[in-house]
Amino acid sequence: MLKIIDLHIHQGNFHLSADAITPEVGINAVLGPSGAGKSTLLSVLAGFDHPQQGRILWQGTDITKLPPSQRPVAMLFQDNNLFPHLTIYRNIALALTHKSRISADQHDRILQALDRVGLAGLADRKPAQLSGGQISRAALARVMLQAQPILLLDEPFAALGPALKQEMLDLLADVAAQSGATVLMVTHDPNDALRIAPKTILVADHKITGAFDTRDLLQNPPPALADYLHGSG
Amino acid sequence: MKYLSLAAGVIFATAAAAETPVLNVYAPDYFTSEWGPGPSIEAAFEETCACDLKFSAGDLLPRLMLEGPSTDADIVIGLNTDVTRKARSTDLFAPHGQNNADLDLPIDWTDDVFLPFNWSYVSFVYDATRVTTPLASFDDLLNLPEGQKIVIQDPRTSISGLALVLWVKATYGDQAGAFWQRLAPHILTVTKGWSEAYGLFTDGEAAVVLSFNTSPAYHIVAEGDDTKRAAIFDAGHYPYFELAAKVAGTDQPELADQFMAFVMSDAFQSLIPMTNWSYPAAQPMADWPQAFADLPIPSQAVYMDENQAADMRDTAIEEWRTALSQ
Amino acid sequence: MAHRTVAIITGAFVALLVLAPLATVWGWAQSGRAIGAADWAALRFTVLQSLLSALLSCLFAVPLARALARRRFWGRDWVMTALGAPFILPVLIAVMGVLAVFGQNGLVNRALGMFGVEPVSIYGIAGVLLVHVFFNLPLVTRMIVQGWSRVPAEHLRLAGQLGLRGWAMFRVVEWPMLMRVLPPAFGIIFVICLSSFAVALTLGGGPKATTIELAIYQAFRYDFDLAKAANLALIQAALAGAAAVITVMISGRETVSNTRDRRVFWPVDHWRIAFGDGLWITAAIVFLGLPVVMVVAQGITGVPTLGMAVWGAAGRSIVIAAVSTALCLALALPLTTRWGEVIGTAGLAISPLVLGAGLFLIIRNFANPFDWALGVTCVLNAVLSLPFVLRILRPPAETIRVNYTRLAQSLGLGPIAWLRWVFIPRLRQPLGFAAGVTAALSMGDLGVIVLFGTSEQATLPLKIYQLMGAYRMDQAAAGAVVLLILSLGIFALCDYWGRRNVKDY
Repeated sequence: MLKIIDLHIHQGNFHLSADAITPEVGINAVLGPSGAGKSTLLSVLAGFDHPQQGRILWQGTDITKLPPSQRPVAMLFQDNNLFPHLTIYRNIALALTHKSRISADQHDRILQALDRVGLAGLADRKPAQLSGGQISRAALARVMLQAQPILLLDEPFAALGPALKQEMLDLLADVAAQSGATVLMVTHDPNDALRIAPKTILVADHKITGAFDTRDLLQNPPPALADYLHGSG
Repeated sequence: MKYLSLAAGVIFATAAAAETPVLNVYAPDYFTSEWGPGPSIEAAFEETCACDLKFSAGDLLPRLMLEGPSTDADIVIGLNTDVTRKARSTDLFAPHGQNNADLDLPIDWTDDVFLPFNWSYVSFVYDATRVTTPLASFDDLLNLPEGQKIVIQDPRTSISGLALVLWVKATYGDQAGAFWQRLAPHILTVTKGWSEAYGLFTDGEAAVVLSFNTSPAYHIVAEGDDTKRAAIFDAGHYPYFELAAKVAGTDQPELADQFMAFVMSDAFQSLIPMTNWSYPAAQPMADWPQAFADLPIPSQAVYMDENQAADMRDTAIEEWRTALSQ
Repeated sequence: MAHRTVAIITGAFVALLVLAPLATVWGWAQSGRAIGAADWAALRFTVLQSLLSALLSCLFAVPLARALARRRFWGRDWVMTALGAPFILPVLIAVMGVLAVFGQNGLVNRALGMFGVEPVSIYGIAGVLLVHVFFNLPLVTRMIVQGWSRVPAEHLRLAGQLGLRGWAMFRVVEWPMLMRVLPPAFGIIFVICLSSFAVALTLGGGPKATTIELAIYQAFRYDFDLAKAANLALIQAALAGAAAVITVMISGRETVSNTRDRRVFWPVDHWRIAFGDGLWITAAIVFLGLPVVMVVAQGITGVPTLGMAVWGAAGRSIVIAAVSTALCLALALPLTTRWGEVIGTAGLAISPLVLGAGLFLIIRNFANPFDWALGVTCVLNAVLSLPFVLRILRPPAETIRVNYTRLAQSLGLGPIAWLRWVFIPRLRQPLGFAAGVTAALSMGDLGVIVLFGTSEQATLPLKIYQLMGAYRMDQAAAGAVVLLILSLGIFALCDYWGRRNVKDY
C-alpha cells in the first residue's frame, strides 16, 4: 500500500500540501488545473524532488529519503523516455542489466516485452526511426520490465492522436492489471480518467486530495476543478 | 606507465653499467643535437676513455642552481663569459687544470676555472644581394636605407642579445643610450632567441641580423652560398667565448680531468668548426679549415670581462629597453 | 552522490597540480628583486593586448559563425574541421606562416610592391593582434556555431513567423545565445593571450611589446630570481583567475535543447545575405588558410632530407600526444560543470615555466626528474589543454544532464553505467573535437622538456628548434611541415571520429 502522509512541498513561491493520500492498487488519475503541481507530486514520489516535510510509505516502510533508484518506482516522463543513440532493444535491456552482455533469459524477457506492446521485430531500430506511438510503446515495455510496484506517468501520451492515445491507454490498463501495480497517471483529459482510472487524485488550490471515485468526482467537481473542467460562468 | 618503466630502466641500466664509468656532461640543446658537435665529441672521447659519456641537454644555469651541490653533472659545457660570475658564485666548479697559454684567443685568458673551447666575434650578418655596400661600422647601420631592416635578439632572453648590448656599451660608453635611440627606427623587431632572428633573416624579413662572424661559414660550406656576409667593424667586435668547466663535486674526478685535457686536444678542437660553426680556442689559425681561415675577421676585440659584464649588464639592458620602447 | 565526489576529487587534484609547483617555487626562492617599472609596463601591455585580441577574435567570429551556421555548401564539413587548424598549430609555425603572408617579405607586401606601394609593416601591436586573432578566431567561431546548433528550432521558426529581420533578429535570437557563449570564449582567449610571449615579442617589434611571461622567463632563466618569477606568475595567475571566474559565471546555465548540428533555419533569407555570408567564409578561408599553405610550400621540398632523428621524434610526439589526450579527457569528464571549468582554466593561468620548475623541485625530492621528463610532459600537456576541453564539453554535457539525469536515475544507472551508456556516447561529437584539439596541442608543444632535459627523448618541436639552432633553416621548415601535417592529421582523425554517425543523436 502506498501512503502519503502530511506532505508539504515548497519550491520558491510555490507550495503544495497533502494530509493523507492513499492511492489504490490499479490506475489513479491525477487531475488538476495547469500549474497546480501534478508533475511536482510525481517528482516527489519518484525521488527527484524533496518535500519540506512529510512521509511517503510503501508497505509500511518509509521511502521518503531514498534515492530514485532505490524506490519501488518506475516512471514515464513526458519526453526523453528513451536514449536516442541506443536501439530499442538496448534501451529496454537497461531495465534488466547495465552490463553489455545480455543473458539468454534476459533476451527472452526483452523480446517478450516488445511483443506484448506490439513492437515485435523492431528491436534493432533506434527511436529516431520510430513513430511517436511506437516510442511510447517501447517506453512502456521498458517500464514493464522494471516491474516496480509503483508506476508513475506524467502525461505520457499527450502528443498522440486520439485513436492512438486510446489504444495506449487500454494497453496501459492491461499491463497495470496484469502486474497489480499502483499507477498514478497525470492527465489533462478527464475522459482519459473516465476510461481507465477508477480513482482520481485531485491537485488544486495548493492541496492534494484523494483518492476519489473518478465518476463521482467528475459529476460533482469541487469549485477549483469545476472551473478547470467547464470554465466559470 | 611510460615514465615508470623509464625510471626502472634507468635504475637497472645504471646498476648494470656500474662497471663502465659514466661521465655526465651538461650541455645546451644545440650542442647535443644530431647536428651539433655533441655526437662526434662523444664518439671521439669514448674511444680513448673506456667510459660512457652521457650528454644531458637543457637549460644550464637554472638547472645547476636548482640542483645545487647534489647535481649529477661532472662537466658543464656551453656557458659564456657574460654569465660566469653568477655561475662562479654557486661554488660548484673546480679549476680546469689546463694551461691557459695553450689557448689561441684575441685576448689573454686568465681564468682558471672556466676554459674556452670555441669562440667567435659577435657581428651583424647581412644579405649581400640586398645590402650592396659592405657595412664597416655601427654608423653604417644607422645609414641603412628604409627597406633594409635589422633584426636583433632580446638581451633579457638571449645570450647573443646580451652580448650585443654589452658590445654597444663597451663601444659607446655613456652614449650607448643615444646610439640605441638612433638605431631604433632601423630595427625590424626583437626576437626571443638567435634561432628566430636568424630564421627571419633567411626568410628575407630582415636584411641584417645579429649573429656571429663565423655564421657565413655554414652557408659557404654547406650550401655553397656566399651572399651572406659578416659586417666587420674597424672599431672592433665583442668576442664570444663558449666555456667548459669541471664540477667540483664530481664523482669521476680522473675522468673529468681527462675530459678537460681532451677539450684542449686536437681531436676535440678539429671537430669544432664544422659542427659548431665557430673558431677552435686551442688551435692556431694555420690549423683551421680553409673556409674559416678565409673568413673576414675583425682586427681587434672590444671585451668586457665577467665582472665588467655583470656590473654593466643592468644599465646596458635598461638603456636599450628605454631607447627601443619609445 | 558518487558523481559529486569524483568531481570534487578531480577538481582538487587539478588545483593541487597547478598550485603546488607555484608554492614550491615561491618557497624555494631566497631573496627577490622588486617588481620594477619595466615589469609594470609589461603587465599593462599584456592586459591590453590580451583584451584587444579577445575582443577582435570574438567580434570577427560572430558574423563568420552566423554565416557558417546557416549555410550548407559542398566541403562545409572540411571547412569546419579545417577551422580547428590554426588554433592547434605550434606557435613557431603559425608565426612563420603569418609572416610569410603579411611580413615584410610576405605575399601581401610583394603584391603591393608590384604596384609600387611601400611595404606595410605589421610589426607592432597590429602584428601581435593579427597572430592572436589568427590563432583564436577559429576556436571562438566553432564555439559560436555550437551555440547556434543549441538554439531551439522553434525559436527560429517563430522568428520566421514574426518576420524578424536584421537588428530585431539579432536582439531576440542571436544575442541571448551569444551572451551564453561569448563570455567564456572571451575569457579563455584572454587567458591564452596572457601567457603569450615569443609571438608578442617578435611581432610586437621590440621591448614595448614585453609581456609578463617574458619577464618571468627573464627572471627565471637569466637572473635565476625565483622569487620574482613566482611573484610575477602569481600576478598573472590572479589576472587569469579573475577572468576565468567572471566569464564563466556570466555565461550561466545551459537550457534544454537538441545538440544536433543541423542547419540553422534562417527566417528571412535573401540573396544579399547569402552573398555576404559567402564573402565572410571566403575571407576566413583565405586569412586562415594562406599562412598554412605558405608553411607547407616553404618546407615540403625538404621533407625527404629529414633523417631518422626527426622521424623518431615525430613518433615520440605522437605517443606523448596520445597519453596526454587520454589523461586530459579523464580529468575533464568529471569537471564539466561551472566550478569545474573555473578550476580547469586555472591550468592556463600559471606560467608553464614556473609550473615546470616547481614540478622539477618537487620530483627532485624523491627521484631524478630527468627520468620523469616524458611523464611530466604528458601531465602538463593534459592540464594545459583542460580549459579548452572543458569549454568544448561543458555545454553539451550540461544539456545531456538536463535531458537524461532523471531517466538514468530512475533506471538506477551508477556512475560507470552512466558514463558507458549515456554520457560518453552522447558526447561523441564534442569529445572527438576536444580529443583532436588536445592531441594536436600536445604535438606542437615544446613543453617542459626544455627544463627537464632531453637526451634522446626529444619531441618533434624540439627537433625543429635544434635544426634552427644549427643553421639548418630549410630542414627546420621541412620539419615544420611534418609537424603541421601530423598535428592536423591527428586532429582531423579525432574530429572525424566524433562526427561520424551522429545523425541519430
